[in-house]
Amino acid sequence: MRNFATLTRMRIQLTLRNKMFVFFSLVMPFAFFFLYAGIFAKGQPQVVRFFLGPVLSLTVMGSFWGLSAALVMFREQGILRRFHVTPVTASDMLASSIVANYVLIFPTVLLLFFLSRVIFHVTHFGDLLSSFILISVGAISFSSMGLVVASVTNTMQETQVINQLVWLPLIFLSGATFPLAFLPRIAQKFSLFMPATYLVQGLQRAIYDSVPIWQLGVQVASLAFWAVLTFFLSAQLFRWEPEVKVPRKAKLLVVATAIPFLLLGLWENKYGNIPAQAQSAYDSLNAPAKSAPPPDSPK
Amino acid sequence: MANSILQVENLFKRYGNVEAVRGVSFSVEEGEVFGLLGPNGAGKTSTVEILEGLRDLDSGRVSVCGLDPQRDSQALKHEIGAALQSTSLPDKLRVMEALRLFAGFYKKPRNPEELLKRFGLEEKRNTFYSQLSGGQKQRLALAMALVNDPKVLFFDEPTAGLDPQVRREIYDIIEELKREKKTILITTHYIEEAERLCDRVAIVDHGKVVALGTPRELKTRSGGTTRIEVRLAKPEADGALKNLDGVADAREVDGAYVIHSNRPPQTIVAIVKHLEAEGNELVSLEIFSPSLEDVFIEMTGRRLRD
Repeated sequence: MRNFATLTRMRIQLTLRNKMFVFFSLVMPFAFFFLYAGIFAKGQPQVVRFFLGPVLSLTVMGSFWGLSAALVMFREQGILRRFHVTPVTASDMLASSIVANYVLIFPTVLLLFFLSRVIFHVTHFGDLLSSFILISVGAISFSSMGLVVASVTNTMQETQVINQLVWLPLIFLSGATFPLAFLPRIAQKFSLFMPATYLVQGLQRAIYDSVPIWQLGVQVASLAFWAVLTFFLSAQLFRWEPEVKVPRKAKLLVVATAIPFLLLGLWENKYGNIPAQAQSAYDSLNAPAKSAPPPDSPK
Repeated sequence: MANSILQVENLFKRYGNVEAVRGVSFSVEEGEVFGLLGPNGAGKTSTVEILEGLRDLDSGRVSVCGLDPQRDSQALKHEIGAALQSTSLPDKLRVMEALRLFAGFYKKPRNPEELLKRFGLEEKRNTFYSQLSGGQKQRLALAMALVNDPKVLFFDEPTAGLDPQVRREIYDIIEELKREKKTILITTHYIEEAERLCDRVAIVDHGKVVALGTPRELKTRSGGTTRIEVRLAKPEADGALKNLDGVADAREVDGAYVIHSNRPPQTIVAIVKHLEAEGNELVSLEIFSPSLEDVFIEMTGRRLRD
């Protein structure tokens, strides 16, 4: 436990000294934020509030990127093997990655709330407890996914390729960049097979529709279950030595982590109403003047 | 053998089709500096990394401080300190932070300040790892190996790639540890290093120990004769020199006489007496002590560094 705390402190320190991190965790989310808030929302508080969930999701999901790269670099440079001759365990190493990442996300998250308030005059942020829980579960599960990426790739190039491949559908098909309601029917169906969608839609419901946490059970439970699964898998596949290659069965196991969301996606496609909820939130945005409900209490 | 702090018996390790270690056996006593000397690819690093618990063995038995590195790897890691080959630290970690970080992993760490002073890194305490020179990185690696005051130290090629002056600095540090009666296992492909630092040396080639003993023993045992080269005023019959005291072999090479002797002092006296009796005169005399390199050549038919 002490090793884990010591490592976590080091990881936070090192990450803050990394220029790439500063870019991905500050420049990128804020660029998106100002893009949405300034151009799409034209500064209207209600619309900014609609986009806040997706922007927060980008921050949360972005963590897998830096995390996988850092771990692969540690392995490639022989840094991990130096830790391996100390009493540090694989779980210490992995858990410290996740916790360091979790701690580092919060300044960005708070700053996004703060700017929405100060610059765009958003006065109501929906259900904060729901947001907090979803951000937490999301941060843990996406950093855990980063650890899996690190454990199934041998080189930095491979890691970056996989990250790109994962990142693009993650942000474009989950509603994080284009609202889900805006996507074609087929893309909506597909999105329900991705963990990202549950985070983005959950956060949007929490912030825009003020949905309490017990109505977001599916989102929280699926992400939490996935976090446990991916963490367990990354611990199993953890490699200290740069020249030890990924065992072939590892790739199969990774495919297996997709199964929960495959099943959930089938269920949600048949019985769920996530696209419908996304649609009605989106509609309320386009016709606020007609129905003119008090913006902070849609139901 | 029973109470050796480090024991290796008939160790085997293969990677795919390559047999890196093929039946290595040796043991190291407490307070001893033991060297594995051999060319790159001889299986030294594999052996050491198995002892450190970094790799699993295929067959054989090893024990370190009475522990099995495979089964008791967690307990073992509190007892050992290591400076690995091909390792590194995060670029943006400062020297003092690195020492503190690693000290934090152990129950009874040594004072990082004291280590910093001892290894001459005080001025570099706030320097990023990436900005250290090769010698400074290596000194930091040795300091970090000592951070838990370990019972056994493993130094894998501690001076590889360093220039001669820095190498001597590292030798001084290791000699100081030797005076403190630390148990150290060193791997090296430098003859000088093995001769200067090690109490005993195992010469390793192609995954096997080809000779084992103190540097002196190795040199004498394996016909490691002293080479005496003399130039004389008048030519001398080969046969006459061959029969002198202690001479193993004598022959004329390019006008000089090359004499191999098992007992150089006696041989030199005998040469001088013989020449006096023959009315001949000594023009020059050079003595070359046998080195472990000669031993290596004799055992393997190759030079240590090809």
